[in-house]
Amino acid sequence: MSRINDVGGMIGFPDIVEEPDEPAFHADWEAHVLALNAALIRRGVYNLDEFRDAIERMPPASYLSASYYEKWFTAITTLLAEKGVATPEELAGA
Amino acid sequence: MSGDHSSAAIAERVRHVEALLEERGLLDDGEIDRRIDEFLAGGSPANGARITAHAWVDADFRERLLADANAAIRELGLSMAGGLQEQRLKVVANTASEHHVVVCTLCSCYPIALLGPSPAWYKSEAYRSRVVRDPRGVLREFGLELPADTRITVWDASAESRYMVVPRRPEGTEGMSEAELAGLVTRKGLIGTAAV
Repeated sequence: MSRINDVGGMIGFPDIVEEPDEPAFHADWEAHVLALNAALIRRGVYNLDEFRDAIERMPPASYLSASYYEKWFTAITTLLAEKGVATPEELAGA
Repeated sequence: MSGDHSSAAIAERVRHVEALLEERGLLDDGEIDRRIDEFLAGGSPANGARITAHAWVDADFRERLLADANAAIRELGLSMAGGLQEQRLKVVANTASEHHVVVCTLCSCYPIALLGPSPAWYKSEAYRSRVVRDPRGVLREFGLELPADTRITVWDASAESRYMVVPRRPEGTEGMSEAELAGLVTRKGLIGTAAV
């Protein structure tokens, strides 16, 4: 069974947009999310396949509305909670 | 984007999680900045361009590259082992009758070591969904109009396998040095959404 990330061949998405002189990151937090993920995988908190899975099992509506690095951050916090590193409340700063 | 409200909100949440992980000993002081620098220094389209130019001038290398890319790029001091895991690399070469284009329909797999950070369009649902259904139409939107009898092959990257395209060597470049040839090659050419 395919999940929402399996978009190959789907119709209905908007046009492809090319950004001239695109930077590697569009905001500092995006770079931080990338680095945070690398740090956690290197430490063995979770592995790369678990990370991909955590993105791919996002609820479809959330997946489709999230930006690329928002998906990453969602996956990171999902896994930190599931691995018992911190509670969802702690991660949310509540 | 960095100044808008939603970006400020997520930036704050990221900072909070970083602080929490530092407190719990899962993140070293200065580690984030070090890893960002490593990522940005880890790859560039100049690497893919160098491989391409070498394949243009050395037919034996081209053959080795197409047969076993991981081994062949080591001859140039390059490697697919710099990321979180060694990735299998397959290199495909455009010809007069066949054009190749790369996508990752499931997400964003990409040979970062050879092409640098990927462009946003490569990661977009728009590109991922359409290039497998209508590659000719998508390439036309990128300004690449291929003859109707050119066969197009779309390569779908995965967690373990990455792809790179060797574009066709442009005509009239016989007198150019390898370094000059490398200067002609673009990131889009290496993905397959441009001629070179």
